[in-house]
Amino acid sequence: MTERVRVTGPPRHTSAGRAASRLGDVHEQTALGDVYLRSLLRAQLGLAARLLALLAVTLGVLPLAFHLAPSLIDVRLLGIPLPWLLLGVLVHPFLLLLAWRYIRSAEHNERVFADLVGGPDPQDEDGA
Amino acid sequence: MERADVPGLVAVVLVTLATLAIGTWGLRFSRTTSDFFVASRTVRPGLNASAIGGEYLSAASFLGIAGLLLVGGADMLWYPVGWTAGYLVLLVLVAAPLRRSGAYTLPDFAEARLGSGTVRAACSLLVVGIGWLYMIPQFEGAGITLRSAIGAPEWAGSLVVAGVVLANVTSGGMRSVTFVQAFQYWLKLTALLVPAAVLVAVWWGDGRPGGPGGGDGWSNPVAGDGGIGLYTTYSLIAGLFLGTMGLPHVVVRFYTNPDGHAARRTTFVVLALLGLFYLWPPVYAALGRVYGDRLVTEGRSDVLVLELPRAMLDGVGGDVLTGLVTAGAFAAFLSTSSGLAIAVSGVLTQDVTSRLVNEQRGVPAFRLAAMVAVVVPVVAALLVRNVGVAQSVGLAFAVAASTFCPLLVLGIWWRRLTDVGALAGLAAGGIGAGGAAIATLAGYAPGGWAGALLAQPAAWSVPVAVLVMATVSLATADREPPHARRFLVRLHTPESLGR
Repeated sequence: MTERVRVTGPPRHTSAGRAASRLGDVHEQTALGDVYLRSLLRAQLGLAARLLALLAVTLGVLPLAFHLAPSLIDVRLLGIPLPWLLLGVLVHPFLLLLAWRYIRSAEHNERVFADLVGGPDPQDEDGA
Repeated sequence: MERADVPGLVAVVLVTLATLAIGTWGLRFSRTTSDFFVASRTVRPGLNASAIGGEYLSAASFLGIAGLLLVGGADMLWYPVGWTAGYLVLLVLVAAPLRRSGAYTLPDFAEARLGSGTVRAACSLLVVGIGWLYMIPQFEGAGITLRSAIGAPEWAGSLVVAGVVLANVTSGGMRSVTFVQAFQYWLKLTALLVPAAVLVAVWWGDGRPGGPGGGDGWSNPVAGDGGIGLYTTYSLIAGLFLGTMGLPHVVVRFYTNPDGHAARRTTFVVLALLGLFYLWPPVYAALGRVYGDRLVTEGRSDVLVLELPRAMLDGVGGDVLTGLVTAGAFAAFLSTSSGLAIAVSGVLTQDVTSRLVNEQRGVPAFRLAAMVAVVVPVVAALLVRNVGVAQSVGLAFAVAASTFCPLLVLGIWWRRLTDVGALAGLAAGGIGAGGAAIATLAGYAPGGWAGALLAQPAAWSVPVAVLVMATVSLATADREPPHARRFLVRLHTPESLGR
């Protein structure tokens, strides 16, 4: 199965009847519905996995880094020891940034799926 | 009563009155069963996030962290970091699908996903167990705080907190508790931030005295030396990052969002609110290094936040700040135990008391369940002594990470999960993590690796639970629920498609 599933030229705002029939494909386990659902699940799960991997290689390597290079502990920035600065202050804006990026991407994936099954898209109607 | 007790007493009375008043105000909006359970799902992200922050920041966050940082140093920073990052993991893996599942509680989710009453019963048991484990230290902490603040006997604090929680929960349910919790987040933040700012100014005025210099490992973010220290730190991280999503009082809040979109927005605001709060305990710890070494030598670092103002400031200034931090601590006990009482009574109502109160289902059954949910842990807190706030809370996180986390993640993302697989995984994780933690609490603490594996079980118990759940599910593939596909469609499709 291919990763990318693109239906060329679906009208962005179709009738409710058509949206229901496309979502019906997903519900009724037709081959096409299978493709739709798998593509959404795969996109969202891939996004989640990438974000958790990013968390692991940033926050997650800190104990190992300080364990392997203890001299880092006494490094001071702005008069604050590096561990306190990283884990006490900078970690919070970092987590917020990750969350914000995740929300944007996840809702983008859902919009793509909504377009695919031809449903109305409130995001676009809002002009967002 | 002495003059020194007055600020604490005023603070406790004011917080209690404000909590009851807001709860009564919320009662005017609370009429149906759905109001009681999930506030009729109309809570906006800003208010809902304040409420989540309000009930999440417990005694362990308000008092415990500053004391742990003072004694243990930078490796204890993983507690606040984990308690915050847990929400990022929750956002990424479960927030929106959980809301879209349309279930009230964790057992509801399990039953809807797997179509099994047995899995539902196992989840109910776990919710009640985790909830009570988390409530016992809240009631104990309340007793310790009241003794430190106004010299009351320890049972008095436990009973006062239990009484206020019960009054609130039984009178207004989730809706009024939403207002109470939101108020208490901002109260707790103010009660921590304002004294911290004043005390930093005092420290500056004193000519910025330094504490003991470096070199004693206070800034080392790894717990201890060698492989064991590294394991302990990573296992703590695993338990906290993954345990948040499985805490019953956290999860029940996600059902009060209007839709999956709002559930994500709520989580984002929660991350911001928790980050804002957790900036301040390290400030108390750093000032405690300079002014509070007496507390360390006396082994009373838990009351650092409560006693630092008077250690640094004489007269009215110290009294006012003491009153403020006491109010924050009291709010912390009230809000966390209210949230847990709601979650536990929600489960008890649906699985137990609805069957006992036959003539009038719904609200009376909820009130009866709330009585049971509060009275049992209070009695336990009065009978059992020295369970320890940090250990009980850590136990709750490790058990949640080893049971509900695999169930939620596999249930939301993996179609082949079966009821037998879920049960086997819940049993493996619950017995593994729960057993290890109970052994630790019972005082069984061997040295070396065995001790580390028991004290911080998450790093092995979570993978074991996931493996068992997945393997047994694959082995029982013929039991895959027929509606699994349809359910996953509902979890992952946006509401705008009018499912």
